[in-house]
Amino acid sequence: MLKPEAMQKNLTFLLHIHPKKVPRASIRYTYTFGLGGLTVLLILLQIFTGILLKFVYLPSPAKAYDSILFLQNHILFGQYVRNIHHLDGELLIVLALLHMLRVFFTEAFHPPIRSGNWILGICMFLLIMFSNFTGYLMPWDQLSYWAVTVVTNMFSYIPLIGPHITVFIRGGADVTGNTLMNFFNFHTAIIPLTLLILMIFHFWKVRKAGGVAPPRTRQEEEKGLVPVMPDLIVKEVAVGLIALAVVFILAIFLDAPLRERANPAFSPNPVKAPWYFIGIQEMLMHFHPFVGAIVIPLFLLGFLFYLPWLHYPQNNAGFWFSSLKGRQAAIISGIIAFILTPLLIVADEYLIHFNRWFPSLPSILSEGLFPVLLYGFLFYLYLLYLRKKYRPNVNETVQAVFAFFLITYTVLSLTGLFFRGPGMILMWPWQI
Amino acid sequence: MSKKISHSKINPPPEKEEHAPKITTDTSRRSFFRKIWGWVALAAGIELAGLSIPFIGSGRKKQTKEKSGNFTAIAQVWDIPEGSVLPYRSGRLYICHLKDGGFLAVSIKCTHLGCSVEWDEKKKEFLCPCHHSMFSLNGEVINPPATRALNIYPLKIEEGVIKVNLENPIQRKHYNKSQETYA
Ligand code: FES
Repeated sequence: MLKPEAMQKNLTFLLHIHPKKVPRASIRYTYTFGLGGLTVLLILLQIFTGILLKFVYLPSPAKAYDSILFLQNHILFGQYVRNIHHLDGELLIVLALLHMLRVFFTEAFHPPIRSGNWILGICMFLLIMFSNFTGYLMPWDQLSYWAVTVVTNMFSYIPLIGPHITVFIRGGADVTGNTLMNFFNFHTAIIPLTLLILMIFHFWKVRKAGGVAPPRTRQEEEKGLVPVMPDLIVKEVAVGLIALAVVFILAIFLDAPLRERANPAFSPNPVKAPWYFIGIQEMLMHFHPFVGAIVIPLFLLGFLFYLPWLHYPQNNAGFWFSSLKGRQAAIISGIIAFILTPLLIVADEYLIHFNRWFPSLPSILSEGLFPVLLYGFLFYLYLLYLRKKYRPNVNETVQAVFAFFLITYTVLSLTGLFFRGPGMILMWPWQI
Repeated sequence: MSKKISHSKINPPPEKEEHAPKITTDTSRRSFFRKIWGWVALAAGIELAGLSIPFIGSGRKKQTKEKSGNFTAIAQVWDIPEGSVLPYRSGRLYICHLKDGGFLAVSIKCTHLGCSVEWDEKKKEFLCPCHHSMFSLNGEVINPPATRALNIYPLKIEEGVIKVNLENPIQRKHYNKSQETYA
């Protein structure tokens, strides 16, 4: 058994990722939950299983589905490796999202030190999403074919260039072998490479910022620095190994789905987007596609990118929700969103029919602008209430509003997942 | 508890501006070479872009089939009762026999996001399973989120045989009578 000092010598190079000493408070497990590190681990596992799968998989419409069948039925551990890869991909979205939420809710995005990493983080998160989505097409079954058809079609609602973008992504007018080739190349080369480069950049910037933003509330109890080796490293390794074991065990029981072979002439009923896009799909039920698939997502993305440069009166990095008041405001906002969103969904389904009330108006107004105005008005009322009740500063408002949108998107996703049956009709989960 | 701790103490000091060591012995020859390298780098960049863009572009064009003006015989006029449809799956379309006797070749692709619509014989409408758009027999939108009528294909009728040009779908905003073909 190597002594810690000897190990440290061997690991010196790898340890460049951490400083020599870190604040005791910031390595508390319940502060970062090890989320960033776990994301890295899962990405490495994803590369490993992905390379294994590439030994069997054939990216052409005629052969893709059969190669998956072959993988599952004739390759030793074939199904298992596919399960791990599938599960790992979905877990990656969850972990990366949680990691970003931790960063956001502890305000670790302030310029000049941490803003760059916030931007990098968003980019890497988008890459993980795209990686999942491009991988979704690989089995070439009904699920993947129609989900990709629907999602790539969303781009065609961008004015002027939209249809060209769709044709470009698909490599033709429809989802065909060209699409599969494009997606395969993105999935197995372009996205992983870009992601790895951004990751290295990200670590370097974390290191330069002096590690994670240390939590403030614990400062008094846990003063001082501790050596990274062994205090932090041992924790990291332990968490990583447990996570790995959990993934491996879960993958035994959770089979990656495989439906019937893709059939361009029949959509299954219902067609649902993968769960990480299902919130957008739910928005499409209520808004003109240009608004639901383009304007709103781009607007929110712009808001996220611009976030670090709003005029904050304070830099409260390390405080959960910026302050105690911020926490209360965020919780109330979450509750409001949790109640308001389902009400609006039901109202839109049964009561609000702008298109029938104004049949002569173009649908971009009746299905696009009017619902947005209605929602904007309600959102404004919510902001007024927040103002009156808490008098929050910019820091706290941003925390609260973000919580509001987070819960809204969650509710939209849950609705799409569990409350939409055949024909996308609203119903209770047990009726489906 | 909520008393704010002064923040500047805990945050690491702002990053130092890092400057590459200034080269003071810059001669005109050196700067000349530096410029040359700059141009060479630019040329290399253009080369790579010039290689890859046509590479990707030309492959795409070859793989999309050339369009011909061929019409395919699909059905006979009396196969389809008035007010009903005949699905033609391999061409991804329906032949619709409208109430006034006219025929339309209506695309299966929902104009919302491209799922395939199904004909509901009882309700006499097309229903999209993806986001619940509904279309009438002539392809007109009855229920959003779809925003325009289903595409149609050029259709002609020769001696009672319905023929459709499968390669040239026609986009349309709305249905109108002039789109129909009569036997
Ligand atoms: S694709 Fe038909 S309603 Fe959305």
